[in-house]
Amino acid sequence: MSSETHEAVHRHEAPKSFIRKYIFSLDHKVIGIQYIILALAAVVVGVTMSVLMRLNLSWPGTKWSILGTLFPTGAPGGIMNPDFYLSLVTMHGTIMVFFVLTTAPQGGFGNYFLPIQIGAEDMAFPFLNMMSFWVTFVGFIVILAAIFVEGNTTIATSALGVWLGGGSGSTVGPIGGWTGYAPLSAVGVAAGPGQGAGMNLWIVSIAIFCIGSLLGALNFITTLLNMRTRGMTLMRMPLTCWAWFTTAVLALLSFPVLLGGGILLLLDRTVGTSFFIPGGLVFGSSVLNTHTGGSPILWQHLFWFFGHPEVYIAILPGMGATSHILSTFARKPIFGYRAMVFAIFAIGLLGFFVWGHHMFISGMSPYSAMTFSILTLSIGVPSAVKTFNWLGTLWGARIRFTTPMLFAIGFVSLFVAGGITGLVLGQTSLDLPMHDTYFVPAHFHLVMGVASIFGMFAAIYFWFPKMFGRFMNERLGKFHFWLTFIGVYCIFVPMHTMGMVGMPRRYSQFTEYRFLDSIHPLVIFVSIAAIITALVQLVFYFNLIWSVFKGKKAGENPWEATTLEWTTASPPPHDNFAGVLPVVYRGPYEFAVPGAPNDYVMQTEPDASKAGSEEVGGNGHNGHKH
Amino acid sequence: MGRVLAVIIWIITLLSVLLFVAGKWWFPEAISEHAPALDRQFLITIVVVGISFTAAQVGLGWMVWKYRDTGSSSDRATYSHGSNRLEVVWTVITAIVFISLAVMGQGVWASLRLHDAPAGSYSVEVVAQQFQWNFHYAGKDGIFGRTDPNLIDDSATNYIGLDETDPNAKDDVTHTVIAIPEGRPIELILRSRDVIHNFWVPQLRFKQDLVPGMNIRVHFTANRPGKYELACAELCGQFHYRMKSFMLVLPAAEHEALMALPQDQFQTRITELLAKYELPVYQQ
Repeated sequence: MSSETHEAVHRHEAPKSFIRKYIFSLDHKVIGIQYIILALAAVVVGVTMSVLMRLNLSWPGTKWSILGTLFPTGAPGGIMNPDFYLSLVTMHGTIMVFFVLTTAPQGGFGNYFLPIQIGAEDMAFPFLNMMSFWVTFVGFIVILAAIFVEGNTTIATSALGVWLGGGSGSTVGPIGGWTGYAPLSAVGVAAGPGQGAGMNLWIVSIAIFCIGSLLGALNFITTLLNMRTRGMTLMRMPLTCWAWFTTAVLALLSFPVLLGGGILLLLDRTVGTSFFIPGGLVFGSSVLNTHTGGSPILWQHLFWFFGHPEVYIAILPGMGATSHILSTFARKPIFGYRAMVFAIFAIGLLGFFVWGHHMFISGMSPYSAMTFSILTLSIGVPSAVKTFNWLGTLWGARIRFTTPMLFAIGFVSLFVAGGITGLVLGQTSLDLPMHDTYFVPAHFHLVMGVASIFGMFAAIYFWFPKMFGRFMNERLGKFHFWLTFIGVYCIFVPMHTMGMVGMPRRYSQFTEYRFLDSIHPLVIFVSIAAIITALVQLVFYFNLIWSVFKGKKAGENPWEATTLEWTTASPPPHDNFAGVLPVVYRGPYEFAVPGAPNDYVMQTEPDASKAGSEEVGGNGHNGHKH
Repeated sequence: MGRVLAVIIWIITLLSVLLFVAGKWWFPEAISEHAPALDRQFLITIVVVGISFTAAQVGLGWMVWKYRDTGSSSDRATYSHGSNRLEVVWTVITAIVFISLAVMGQGVWASLRLHDAPAGSYSVEVVAQQFQWNFHYAGKDGIFGRTDPNLIDDSATNYIGLDETDPNAKDDVTHTVIAIPEGRPIELILRSRDVIHNFWVPQLRFKQDLVPGMNIRVHFTANRPGKYELACAELCGQFHYRMKSFMLVLPAAEHEALMALPQDQFQTRITELLAKYELPVYQQ
């Protein structure tokens, strides 16, 4: 039934050479795995940085001789200096948000499973897909390079370093936080260490990342709209597909704004424009006469217009995976499928009108702040609807506690714990004491960081058998879950109370202020919890690598799930369905159907009572001509 | 497995709630006029947050306890695709609660931000620079002398670029410590020399960015004399963590006497006052 012209466009033969098969591959499955590997590498860097930060906060002034050896400029004599700490803050945030939370959920799992779940042979534009990964990869190399050019005097004074604006010597990376507020980030080395060549590369890296994400987003949207197989109507798609689709739309609309902002910031730094730099700035008694008339707040608007949707870019795929996995192991249809789809849309739409809640005290109009506040708390409504529906899905279930299910339940718990404090931070008045205190990192780490990561852990344990034909070890998986679940609560719940006491973010030490003295035991507690939780992740890495080679063999549908990825081999062949595209007859989560022989009914199972094909609609390959 | 997970979720919930309820780590005692209303709004919000958090976690724990697959029965899960009535009910309820909170949360904000400082306010110009606070007092005439970035000279301690030739500047004084009168509305005129800083005194329940290129006017009233720590709360570079100063809240007479002093005696007097007033006693 599928049209010849169509296949001619999308089908590409399985490559023979190693390079075309594994490196510059056009296969969405290989590209998905490449994204996941990139995230797995980036998260090691990001987590290591957070452990270094915790060491410095808990035991300031301690000599860590190994640090002194590894980072002679950042930790002379083994004692971390404030510049090193702040560059860790900056790089941890940037690497985690961009190269972990944006790559794995969307580029990784989305790439691998969106085409299979809608019954397509590949993405709409395989070459574009390959490009989006490799562009992103270049962005990662550039962000790593930013660490080395900034503090390395050899590179900074070389032709490359000079061309990049020169390093500023005493630091090990750019300083600006992941938000890179101007004019600190805009005026160059005059503003101190961490503002030289490294900052240029930080901006370049993010700009490259934006381009990669844009290419990916175009591909996701086109694929989902045009390449669904026969019978795969929109409302028969798994919730994962809705989540990836909405995420792609958010990315398509928000990344260009950051790209534009980044280019303007780079122009301010390198060619003397003044988009973000006002006149009359004074650094060390000398007036910066080269700039005039710019607006620092403009950068914040551009950044957060991207930055807030980015939060949903990170977590929506986790929500999709959680819905998918909860339903599968609850052995029960998802509760309120239609409400879940609307909630995803509502979150995506409202996500574009709340960016100002990051800027209540920035000097923006107080009336704008009030509008943003109302809209911000409104976004809690679809979020709560999702939570209620997850609980509804568990109600009356027959829960199978596999490792992916544990992580999915953990996602629900953490999403509630992290999201609910948005009710505090979203209020204009309450932002006066809470802004830029530890209450804020506590909130967003739980909801955007940890909950999203739990969604990804659930996804990897769930789909690993499909991707590699083997299970991950359940015993190790459960050990990983218990310690991580308890660990992340121990890290981030106490941070809320630190924020109430008034502990400011982005301080390299808390030794200067007496009002922070009482909090010290909690600081140490959090650090110990963070170090243990970070170490536990080694078990996950071991399990991952070991299982690729030695894991228990898995069949086509080891979890007794219903969606299309479970109708094909594990791992799927190059064209996903070995030349025969599946036809879909029903919704994605038909578990516990009364009268059915099994407690699950696959999407491809024809309906006995309606043998005709009039039920088979959709705008899939049928009726779609290039 | 289901029961273990349920119990762990409940224990985490209980400990998290206890951490807040215990009150050992809480806001420092407030000293500003708007703070009681703000603290009340925080309390209402955190109670709503606490109840929602507890209800959701207890419910989640209960589901995984009750609906675990025991394997002993061949029964299937309940076949249900949801309930539109329930969707409507919980959407409406959460919308009412959340929007109400947002509206209530505007009260203190509106009282502080939607109108200018009341007549009779005491004005202080704040000029932040990397890792130092500078406060510019108008002196007896109540008029600030002219300032110009080109006149800034750190080596001559002219951190704000005060124009000494301006007659209005004759009685002006500057210091790195802010001294304000108790019980009188204070207007801060916030500026920055270089990058964004943030004026943050935890006891005031008050925070505002100082943005280069802008004059941001904000106001509050402090009603308890004492010495309080002033911190920068916006990342401003290398030594952000020690961009510290003090805020002295003085009885009206003591403040008036201080402001009548010429620059050199003013410096000495501030030093005396810093020694005279103790920091609040913080819970250990």
